[in-house]
Amino acid sequence: METILVLAHTETDGSLAKSAREALHAAATLHKSLAGSQFIVGLVGENVQAAANSIAACPATKYLGVTGADFSQSRYATDAAAAEAICRAANGTLVVAPATARWARVLSGVAQRLGGRADTHVTGVAAADGKISVSRWYYRQRMEGTFTRAQRPWFIGIDPGSQAACNCDAGTATVEMVAVALTDAAKRTTVSGIREPKADAQTIRPDAPLLFVTGAGWTKKQADGQPHVAEAEKLILDFLKKSRASLGSSKSLVDLSGEGQAVLPFLSHLNQIGQTGATPRHAKGLSTCCHGEEPHTVGWRFIGERRAISLDPNCGWARGKADVLYVADAFKVMSKVNELLAPNP
Amino acid sequence: MSIACQIVVCGSIVPDPLQTLEPITSPAGPALKNEMMLPAVLDPWAGHALFEAANLAKNLPGSKVWLVSLGPKAKLQQVMMTVAQKVPFELVALDGPASGFTDATETAAALAEAIQAIPGLDKSRLLVFGGWESASRGAGATLQMVGERLGILDQFQGVDALKVNPDGSLEILERIEGGKHQVSKCAGAPALLGWATGNLPEPKNNPQVGMLNMRTVMPALQKAKPVKFAGEGLSFASVTLPKQMRETQIVKDKSPDAIAQEIVEWIKQ
Repeated sequence: METILVLAHTETDGSLAKSAREALHAAATLHKSLAGSQFIVGLVGENVQAAANSIAACPATKYLGVTGADFSQSRYATDAAAAEAICRAANGTLVVAPATARWARVLSGVAQRLGGRADTHVTGVAAADGKISVSRWYYRQRMEGTFTRAQRPWFIGIDPGSQAACNCDAGTATVEMVAVALTDAAKRTTVSGIREPKADAQTIRPDAPLLFVTGAGWTKKQADGQPHVAEAEKLILDFLKKSRASLGSSKSLVDLSGEGQAVLPFLSHLNQIGQTGATPRHAKGLSTCCHGEEPHTVGWRFIGERRAISLDPNCGWARGKADVLYVADAFKVMSKVNELLAPNP
Repeated sequence: MSIACQIVVCGSIVPDPLQTLEPITSPAGPALKNEMMLPAVLDPWAGHALFEAANLAKNLPGSKVWLVSLGPKAKLQQVMMTVAQKVPFELVALDGPASGFTDATETAAALAEAIQAIPGLDKSRLLVFGGWESASRGAGATLQMVGERLGILDQFQGVDALKVNPDGSLEILERIEGGKHQVSKCAGAPALLGWATGNLPEPKNNPQVGMLNMRTVMPALQKAKPVKFAGEGLSFASVTLPKQMRETQIVKDKSPDAIAQEIVEWIKQ
């Protein structure tokens, strides 16, 4: 009989992130399919009561918590100790957790500590005839595998955005506290802050409905034989400001910036999507001036509706990958798009 | 305080990202079609880790870099011919599978054992580097397990910058959600860092570095310990390429104004 443990951490304000509710949904689906399974929620944070209350109507029969100032920080040693303590207290056989940056740092280590196994970036979980299977992508989202494991505990890190979020109601949950004795060795690291671009310079917006992908074509010579980098920069930033889209970039364009050339200075490797970048999840994607074949297009594997603007009607980035390919000059189109998106005077 | 570090970089090989990859079923489980024929490269994020390690070692006199690499010996040799020309390191080779379908737990066990067997390794000066995810399994699991096996409790993933202070403490930038970085300070080695892109460009080939490295690379390859994985308890039901091929509507004959209008309406839907 499986004991399903949902392991989540609170956000800085004590709430649960959407990704935690997605893991909860995946676990609840498993619980429903596995007759006789137990369902436990484990929470880690400075204070977890509000988070537990926010999901009180979920099918969990027990809530475990590790709390205190030491557990407010996203740090390996203390997070691993907390997760280990909860897993031992719950005696969980299936540990389902959101693959946030915080949990992705520790879950596999905790699995190792407990003699279990870990699978991350899981995009699907299912159970049939008592057998649990998970799906995840391999070779940078180029092929999808489905498999089962005999070992327990089995840690399953759910890729944020890959599941529906649990919409269970709030209420009052009784949280059993699990004590964790930390040694000084667990506190050798301190988190001193978060570094982020200024609000108006932040171009990565995971919750945005639209991903705007820019390719190296923005920096190439245009019809007049000259590159128009300054104009490209203005068009792209204007569009981001008006549409509130998230900005992704091809590797080639980011690399140009990294090589010290005065090219689109707001781009960094954090914007990079594809083989050696991110594969973000957005409802829509609009690519501009991108070129490349299958290996380069994995960056928008998880984008819902896709449109592309390119001068090349045979562009591998778009043909067979996008729903609509506009064969046009992106400079002209985006200039007009920005005009149309401008608020009415 | 001496801050000379011993930096062990874990980095395997992957098929060249530009190659077409096709999964097949082999007697041992899923594999890639013509896997041994595919040109290989050093795993990209592990490559960044190696270059950062070399740069750190250059700036901290007395430091040394090892590259612990698990892969089929013949493929390792092919890749090392290029990698060895980039930065100075000593290779520790393990002759075994570099497939994305192997189990991270087994890979970690082999790597940790190889690290522990490095002569003269001083854990108080040890920094374990690697890519935060491979381009094969892409799980970000192996390094954490290696760290656990080595008893390293200070671990960081998605690292883009590391500064070693004069007192030996470490300042680390780790990627977190939303294009942000978490800033952490660690008392010092031992620590484990899974690198993202970092800040260094790929070094140019340097034949002198290559000649120096090859003095240890070839012997290391010759005495590469064979590693076999059982894959116990792991059973694949399928590995498939995405079948989703979209029927792309190609719009050639519209003016930029008309296209813009259509795009704006689509965005607002």
